[in-house]
Amino acid sequence: MYQFKVHKADKLSTALDLFNASDEPAYIAGGHTLIPTMKQRLSAPSDVIDLATIPGLDAITLVGDTLQIGAMATHAKVAASSLVQEHCAALANLAGGIGDRQVRYRGTIGGSLANNDPAADYPAAALGLGAQIVTDRRTIPSDTFFKAMFETALEPDEIIQAIHFPQVDQAVYLKFPNPASRYAMVGVMLTRTAGETRIAITGAAASVFRAATFETALTADFSVSAIEAVTLSAETLNTDMHASAEYRAHLCKVLIQRGVEALTA
Amino acid sequence: MSGSLIGKRVLRKEDHRFVSGKGRYTDDIQLVGVTYAAFVRSPYARADIKSFDVSEALAAPGVIAVLTGEEVVKDGLGGLPCGWMIHSKDGSEMRQPHHPVLAADRVNYLGEPVALVIAETQLEAKNAAEMVMVDFEPLTAVVNPATASQAETLYEAVPNNVCYEWELGDEAATDAGLAAAAHITTLQLTNNRLIPNAIEPRAALAEYNSGTDEIILHTTSQNPHLVRLIMTAFVQIAPEHKLRVIAPDVGGGFGSKIFIYSEETALAWAAKKLGLTIKWTAERSESFLTDAHGRDHVSEAQLALSAEGEFLALKVKTIANMGAYLSTFASAVPTYLYGTLLAGQYRTPAIYVEVDSVFTNTAPVDAYRGAGRPEATYLVERIVEKAAAEMGLDPAELRRRNFIGRDQFPYQTPVALEYDTGDYEASLSKALEMADYDTFATRQAEAASRGKLRGIGLSCYIEACGLAPSQVAGALGAGVGLWESGEVRVNPTGSVTVLTGSHSHGQGHETTFAQLVADRLGLPIEDVEVVHGDTGKLDFGLGTYGSRSLAVGGSALSVAADKVVEKGRKIAAHLLRTDVDNIDFDAPVFKMLDSNESKTFQEIAFAAYVNHDYPSDELEPGLAEKAFYDPLNFTYPAGTHICEVEIDPDTGVVEVVQFVAVDDFGTIINPMIVEGQVHGGLAQGIGQALLEQAVYDDTGQLITGSYMDYCMPRADNFPDFKVGMTCTPCTHNPVGAKGCGEAGAIGSPPAVMNAITHALGGIEVDMPATSEKVWRAVQTMRTLKTA
Amino acid sequence: METIELKINGRKRTLHCLPNATLVEVLRDQLHLTGTHVGCDTTQCGACTIHVDGCAVKACTVLAVRSDGSDVMTIEGLAENEASHPMQEAFKACHGLQCGFCTPGMIMSAVDLVNKGCALEPSAIREALSGNICRCTGYQNIVAAVMQGASEMQEQSS
Repeated sequence: MYQFKVHKADKLSTALDLFNASDEPAYIAGGHTLIPTMKQRLSAPSDVIDLATIPGLDAITLVGDTLQIGAMATHAKVAASSLVQEHCAALANLAGGIGDRQVRYRGTIGGSLANNDPAADYPAAALGLGAQIVTDRRTIPSDTFFKAMFETALEPDEIIQAIHFPQVDQAVYLKFPNPASRYAMVGVMLTRTAGETRIAITGAAASVFRAATFETALTADFSVSAIEAVTLSAETLNTDMHASAEYRAHLCKVLIQRGVEALTA
Repeated sequence: MSGSLIGKRVLRKEDHRFVSGKGRYTDDIQLVGVTYAAFVRSPYARADIKSFDVSEALAAPGVIAVLTGEEVVKDGLGGLPCGWMIHSKDGSEMRQPHHPVLAADRVNYLGEPVALVIAETQLEAKNAAEMVMVDFEPLTAVVNPATASQAETLYEAVPNNVCYEWELGDEAATDAGLAAAAHITTLQLTNNRLIPNAIEPRAALAEYNSGTDEIILHTTSQNPHLVRLIMTAFVQIAPEHKLRVIAPDVGGGFGSKIFIYSEETALAWAAKKLGLTIKWTAERSESFLTDAHGRDHVSEAQLALSAEGEFLALKVKTIANMGAYLSTFASAVPTYLYGTLLAGQYRTPAIYVEVDSVFTNTAPVDAYRGAGRPEATYLVERIVEKAAAEMGLDPAELRRRNFIGRDQFPYQTPVALEYDTGDYEASLSKALEMADYDTFATRQAEAASRGKLRGIGLSCYIEACGLAPSQVAGALGAGVGLWESGEVRVNPTGSVTVLTGSHSHGQGHETTFAQLVADRLGLPIEDVEVVHGDTGKLDFGLGTYGSRSLAVGGSALSVAADKVVEKGRKIAAHLLRTDVDNIDFDAPVFKMLDSNESKTFQEIAFAAYVNHDYPSDELEPGLAEKAFYDPLNFTYPAGTHICEVEIDPDTGVVEVVQFVAVDDFGTIINPMIVEGQVHGGLAQGIGQALLEQAVYDDTGQLITGSYMDYCMPRADNFPDFKVGMTCTPCTHNPVGAKGCGEAGAIGSPPAVMNAITHALGGIEVDMPATSEKVWRAVQTMRTLKTA
Repeated sequence: METIELKINGRKRTLHCLPNATLVEVLRDQLHLTGTHVGCDTTQCGACTIHVDGCAVKACTVLAVRSDGSDVMTIEGLAENEASHPMQEAFKACHGLQCGFCTPGMIMSAVDLVNKGCALEPSAIREALSGNICRCTGYQNIVAAVMQGASEMQEQSS
């Protein structure tokens, strides 16, 4: 890693001030994306601003129907939370399948969403569950949060405080891991609320997206047969040494079918 | 007492230090005044170096020196040699490009080192390495081995990029066999390129003592003596007696730490040149780029069969990728470790193989666990299984019809080797039983009811270990004899220090060799300590590779222990005032025949060092004996592996649901350690079949440069393996051992791929059988079924 | 240089380190606790696994300065009163190691998964060890060792 300074923020406003006073600042949450990129010298911030020292950012609470998860909650904490398990088991399962055991103790939901890695799991959760991303200055609906590969609606200095997950009737997350990295080669979050189906797909394209044609068909008729003829265009999907776009498109459909089967079983 | 330790599951003596964090690997060694090196590497697969500008780097904080390829030239360092001369079929010598320690004017693969920066801290060295300005002029790279001989010539001395065009066997007889065949099975396949990935990255720590003019190089090596020999005799960084090489605890090798690399050599040279102590530890990304890769063959083969399924002839044509330079043993791998194994376990009367080895702008390719033998086994066992399917024969039955029978040994194959012993039917039968082969159809039907395609595949492998004998190896081009040294040094109190030229980096020699010697001398294993891995302590040794350690190194110790007993008898005779013929060694006691008098081993040891009344013309003091054991032949471990897979037809995901391995390793000293070796080999072999591959793009950039893309097998990729043994002891070494280190990696890939092909109704995919490849094969299978 | 205070293997230490030093670098280079190894640069191999505040983490991916005030345990601190930890004994007894390089990290992960109540059956253990790569053993004896070590840990605590 190159040289940099580490600043410990004690509150959000301090973090913002530190960020805006630095040449090449970077926030650090769990650090499990930032540190590896810095070690490989792909990223060289001058100032690293530690958000872990801000109290209260990792709380998990239920407010009314809404599950509110603090941005600094680790994957392990979300996976083990009885509140999450009770109100959205699919989300707990998703968190429990990110990376590996050691990574889950450090990686955070806020860090994952702010990074928007095209193969990360949490973007599928946020988009599929229709979450609201609450920042230091506003609330951003997940439908407008994810912009492009590693790009979100966040301003450069904006900090995610919490993610609000509304209650859904049913949800399931199915992941087809890349055999090497164990990131999602394709990951599908499928949810139902008041008869409406939402499907968010990660790993398959430059950024997480909703599978509109499948959503329409399943909202009309939530059954495997309803999507028999529905396909996902491979045109905008990723091709790499692990999977072609065509194969990814196929896997998306298979996972959606399996999700429907799981929720109708 | 003798015999009480052989075949016992003795827990490993070395484990306590490893489980408590007290292992001492190269990077763990901390020396006062150490400085750090970082290498400047080529970002291109092929480029001319127009100039170096090191001024900015030299001025950077903490930087002590920058050495480039130009200094290597100035100092007149020799290149890194290949130790095995192969001749082409026209009799000409193989062509070998100069392999510089640091490139000066041309780079030939991605990551090739061109300079090193030495600084006070690791960070400063790495920072400054980025400041070394190298003016590269990129050139078109040759990457694909299959077309390399038609591509632009990379080296003036190597026309058409061909290292050699080698052949073995009788082409006319083979063609006659093909002409007479009732059935010919043909097969095209690639043997995927692999990256060894020992979890400890390569490292070196070089000290120079100007007072004694000695360099001490601590390094991650499987054979420190060879490191010393090549660095001194060939590269000529120092006289041999002024370089001590220590390989301390080494975190896995699998072949990749046999070879002599640029980085370690450059470090030893720089330490002396600059009078410094210098450390370098590879980052994993450097390991991916520069550790010698393995396999990388493209082959086609024809197997001729009679109407009854008798093998008549096998004809093979292989292109082997050597990478950019010839690594230390590279030339031998696709020839003497490959072509000679194409008879497999069968009586095939005529075999002919041609191997064209070519250079490409990729990392050098050399021996990786199995080295040539997995490639041979993969080809033979795939084509045999395919022939069975084509002829409608049970694959086990077809093999049985062609096995070399247990009463046919010694057996001379048509490809140079003479197998000493074996019982292939015994391993096959046992494996079929352990795999419940007869009831496979029931399991297949049950899987089908769950929507899964289930397949079963066999592999009856043979390998050749303990390359031998030296005379033959020399005639075939080996640069060194292939013996091993050993010393059994009895201390005055009767404890024993065993010194071996065979290095242990996971194989458990400190236990197995102690068992062997303790058993022979009748001592508690706690009293025997094994020392290895230090040219300052040991006689010349040839190190650990090719599953040779017990068969060759263990045999040397066995002979040395026998010599200790002989000397002990003489000392006992002297002490008991009798003739040596009257002394019998009933471990651990030297007994005088027809008397109650005896001497314990401890008494003899003590007497050996403290007595002062020896008849000096007959008996020297001391009790330490050496042996240099030169094996009479290869050893031939063999066995049967049976794999069952289930394929999810919707996704193409392959799951290994059962794996049975039955191996004949001859005499086994420690079954616990042997089973562990089998497990590890299987994981690497199944990993090759399903997960692993090194991929370069068309410009020679490595796509699989980290664990994000190179798929390393993890715990959840495997079921528990079922491992069984049969035993026909090796007939020509004193231990009866054959070697077990590589068998798992040799036997398993064809078993897995045959199982997949079986599940796919004969549709073939190449390794690794990724889910996408298998899914596409399922589509093809379904199209063919409906057509 | 930053100054941090850590409790390492039960002992309080005050250390000075650069902001860009990882925890594993500090452990190895400053404290000479070289049982924690580095096998990759992408947070995959798990050879550097230690416990920080009772959780298994990859010390190659933690900045030392961010661990200020933490309770750190490495393989060297796992054994209490000179007797080996049951998991260390189980790895020996089951031949759960070969070259030994991944072993400290593997043992630290194994202890963590037992402490956190992971299901003690082979498939769950295999899944729970997916953050630790071993190239030697084929994992079979590691799984057996974790099963045995877990039952001994439970016996000791009961």
